[in-house]
Amino acid sequence: MQWEIVIGLETHAQLNTLSKIFSGAPTAYGAEPNTQACAVDIALPGVLPVFNRVAAEKAVKFGLAIGARINRRSVFERKNYFYPDLPKGYQTTQLALPIVAEGGTLQIQVGDREKTVRITRAHLEEDAGKSLHEDFHGMTGIDLNRAGTPLIEIVTEPDLRSSAEAVSYAKKLHSLVRWIGICDGNMQEGSFRCDANVSVRPMGVETLGTRCEIKNLNSFKFMEKAIDFEVRRQIEVLEDGGRIVQETRLYDPDRDETRSMRSKEEANDYRYFPDPDLLPLVVGEVFLDQARATMPELPQAMRERFVSDYGLPAYDADILTASRELAAYFEDATATLGEEAKLCANWIMGDLSAQLNKEGFEITNSPIAAGQLAGLLKRIVDGTISGKIAKEVFAAMWAGEGDADAIIAAKGLKQVSDSGAIEKIVDEIIAVNPAQVAEYRSGKEKVFGFFVGLAMKASKGKANPAQLNEILKKRLAG
Amino acid sequence: MINTSLKELSAQLALKKISSVELTQTFLGRIRELNPKLNAFITIDENKSLAQAQAADGLIASGQAGPLTGIPVAQKDIYCAKGWLTTCGSKMLHNFVSPYDAHVIEQFNRAGAVNLGKTNMDEFAMGSSNETSYYGKVKNPWDLDAVPGGSSGGSAAAVAARLAPAATGTDTGGSIRQPAALTGITGIKPTYGVVSRYGMIAFASSLDQGGPMAKSAADCALLLNVMAGFDLRDSTSLERDKEDYGRDLEQPLKGLRIGLPREYFAAGLSADVAQAIEAALAEYRKLGAQTVEISLPNSKLAVPVYYVLAPAEASSNLARFDGVRYGYRAPEYTDLTDMYGKSRAQGFGAEVKRRIMIGTYVLSAGYYDAYYLKAQKLRRLIAQDFTDAFARCDVIMGPTAPTTAFNLGEKSDDPVSMYLSDIYTIAVNLAGLPGMSVPVGFGANGRPVGLQIIGNYFSEAKMLNVAHQYQKATDWHTRIPQGL
Amino acid sequence: MSLNLADVKRIAHLARIAVIDAEMPGYLQQLSNILSLVEEMQAVDTTGIEPMAHAQDLVLRLRDDVATEPDLRAKFQAIAPQVESGLYLVPKVIE
Repeated sequence: MQWEIVIGLETHAQLNTLSKIFSGAPTAYGAEPNTQACAVDIALPGVLPVFNRVAAEKAVKFGLAIGARINRRSVFERKNYFYPDLPKGYQTTQLALPIVAEGGTLQIQVGDREKTVRITRAHLEEDAGKSLHEDFHGMTGIDLNRAGTPLIEIVTEPDLRSSAEAVSYAKKLHSLVRWIGICDGNMQEGSFRCDANVSVRPMGVETLGTRCEIKNLNSFKFMEKAIDFEVRRQIEVLEDGGRIVQETRLYDPDRDETRSMRSKEEANDYRYFPDPDLLPLVVGEVFLDQARATMPELPQAMRERFVSDYGLPAYDADILTASRELAAYFEDATATLGEEAKLCANWIMGDLSAQLNKEGFEITNSPIAAGQLAGLLKRIVDGTISGKIAKEVFAAMWAGEGDADAIIAAKGLKQVSDSGAIEKIVDEIIAVNPAQVAEYRSGKEKVFGFFVGLAMKASKGKANPAQLNEILKKRLAG
Repeated sequence: MINTSLKELSAQLALKKISSVELTQTFLGRIRELNPKLNAFITIDENKSLAQAQAADGLIASGQAGPLTGIPVAQKDIYCAKGWLTTCGSKMLHNFVSPYDAHVIEQFNRAGAVNLGKTNMDEFAMGSSNETSYYGKVKNPWDLDAVPGGSSGGSAAAVAARLAPAATGTDTGGSIRQPAALTGITGIKPTYGVVSRYGMIAFASSLDQGGPMAKSAADCALLLNVMAGFDLRDSTSLERDKEDYGRDLEQPLKGLRIGLPREYFAAGLSADVAQAIEAALAEYRKLGAQTVEISLPNSKLAVPVYYVLAPAEASSNLARFDGVRYGYRAPEYTDLTDMYGKSRAQGFGAEVKRRIMIGTYVLSAGYYDAYYLKAQKLRRLIAQDFTDAFARCDVIMGPTAPTTAFNLGEKSDDPVSMYLSDIYTIAVNLAGLPGMSVPVGFGANGRPVGLQIIGNYFSEAKMLNVAHQYQKATDWHTRIPQGL
Repeated sequence: MSLNLADVKRIAHLARIAVIDAEMPGYLQQLSNILSLVEEMQAVDTTGIEPMAHAQDLVLRLRDDVATEPDLRAKFQAIAPQVESGLYLVPKVIE
């Protein structure tokens, strides 16, 4: 049987505020346990929540960025359950009236086509603390530093059809929240966490299959593997005549499998009700205008502009708008160069990205600044050096030997465009390779490359390639 | 000295006729002597109180005294006070020494008042008789066989027996007014949001409100001046200009329209209470007021609505008491769930557990709409009744409680009959209105009767004026229980 | 709506209150009495009435995003039932 995979993602993105959503405790990561848990965070008797304005601003920015309707009046509710990392015995969250309502979408690239993923809602809530399971005489340690960190939970429709689509969406979302400056996106530190709702159904069937929620997908790689495993598991169960039990499953990266979290299954009756300690959150016109005013150009708009203004292929535009920093680098370099945006794009996506990846740098701390790269490309455009020599210059620039012009001068890499000099090299090569000349002349034009190679070698790579081609062709023609 | 008004005590302190230390010692002495009979206090810390008194004397000496500087005030044990055991009447918090001050406590500290001790109360403020306290029943100073009312019964008994010049209470469904009525003192629950709930251990957040309990309306005004005030740490605290709640005390009552809700004078009201209330109303007419009959048609729904909403909020508010970060943890348990279950089963008393369970039930899947949502809709109808009524009158009056103080143990086995003793007070909390109780005489059994005065939103100064004018014309509020 | 013993058991578990079997009938009786008290609500038609969640019809105040709270761990943990290395200890949590 052919199976269709159906995936919806729920993403918890920590909002990068200075203080917590309902208290004035700091949110910085990595502090000593419970040193950033104030009276409100540890839920002392009598303390009360006071809402952080910036959490609302960031959530609204997200809503605007995905084109969703913003609920002008949203309501905090209590989700009641007992867990040691949840000090109040309830999580303050939004249920019936989330701050970001329906209508939002995110475009993802699937192969060579675009796909629209619908975002159902995004709501504000507080993060829980952490349970540390190292052995404390058979007990669990509770650190409440993270408790009360603001989150938005972003929920998609079940629009994704493969693990690759899920990863593509997650990456795009990850890029977006960083782009608009609402989340640092640090997955190791848990700032951006995804849960996947996975089900399968026979191809062509309308109704959704029973889904399982997979937790602990703390990297894109794990997300892909976990979904793939879960899909295989569900198909096997169904093909063996079994049925899927709706449950929460945890991905175990060490064993590359998902397993049932039975402890979370019992009696989920969260008894939501509006939090009497918090009044309705009202987003007025002024608030919205402020959020709009501080919104950077969005990746989708920038992508379209890169295609229309710079004539880039959609693929390039997509890659270059993966982060605001990368896009800025591209725009800086292109502006300095003044032309040849495609050449810029090629170098950034090619040599520069490869080198950054290899050496573990980010675009923001690239050893070669945008202006410097433009300086190098300028010399390709004006024919001073060939593309091949440019790679050598690039390596020297990376090594910190200076700007392109200085390196070209110091190493004598200026391209030979003197036709007399090139003709001389060509004539010598033709003279000592009569057999290959005969071959070429008998119609085996492939041999042409052999001559190019020899000539380039003889010129130490400096021969102007176009000129060399022309002269070679003429001379070989006899 | 024990029957002296706060204003007079303050004047004597200012004139150095008496020091705060002496005043505090006087009341600490009375507590030592009489508290064993009344059990009005859970915690007394003479050294702490006297240190504050000494500091107050310093302020007075240096001319920095305010109206409450040096005045001892007993604090309901629901208010967190730094360094003080704060139990909320529960075993759950038997060892909870608060690391911080409630806003109300801060306000009293700033005013230079002396914390005279923490008063007994129904556990987590759930009760109308003060019999649910883990620290024992409080007795009514007028009759040691009678309950003092609740939940602020310790504060009420302390003021009534003059163990304290004044005290604080909180009122979720009548917990200031009903014990004030049952012990013959004056107490006011302000408009919801006037007194910050920060540091006041929550029972039902949308209903809880702190307020003063004292010998007279004039004293209440002075206390409310200190207790009220905007506090950023409570999102429901109202951002309003500071006001002097005593500013209108001396206004004459001529032309005052008193609304008498038909439903508050119907079946269920005992005859002796009705009689004392009628006499008080006659006194008001003498003072120039006129009475009009009004109706609060949804009154009978107040108790049902309250016993859905308050337990629902409580079930969630009390979830933090789980034996993890503070408070009681069961000595033996097998696993996490067992630790939670046993700590809460052993740490909470019967009434608290009942209310948590009812609250859990009405919020649970399948019942939310029928109970919780329904109750919230009816809450609006109840509030609307008052809005309509205030179009026809300036204040509403009626009995605070249907009977005088009942006997200890009389209703403790029948929660529902206990709940009905708040039948006249609950609607005020649901609407968020201010309400107060003023002593207006005694019932057939010699136990006090309280008149309830309900005002429109933010009309506390008017209500205190209405109460004060009556107290100038009568002496019920000066009566002290004999034979203690 | 009437309550049965299974309901009481379920509620007690949700509320994390250990109730022994001998106490169950007592709870059932008392909770049922309270439910009959509130049953009166059902007689009133509330169609079209907006639920009232707060005493005042106001909107949420917004706090500036400033970290104001100092580290008071030592003070807070002085009153905790069981702590070690700055952590609150609880019986093992199984995931």
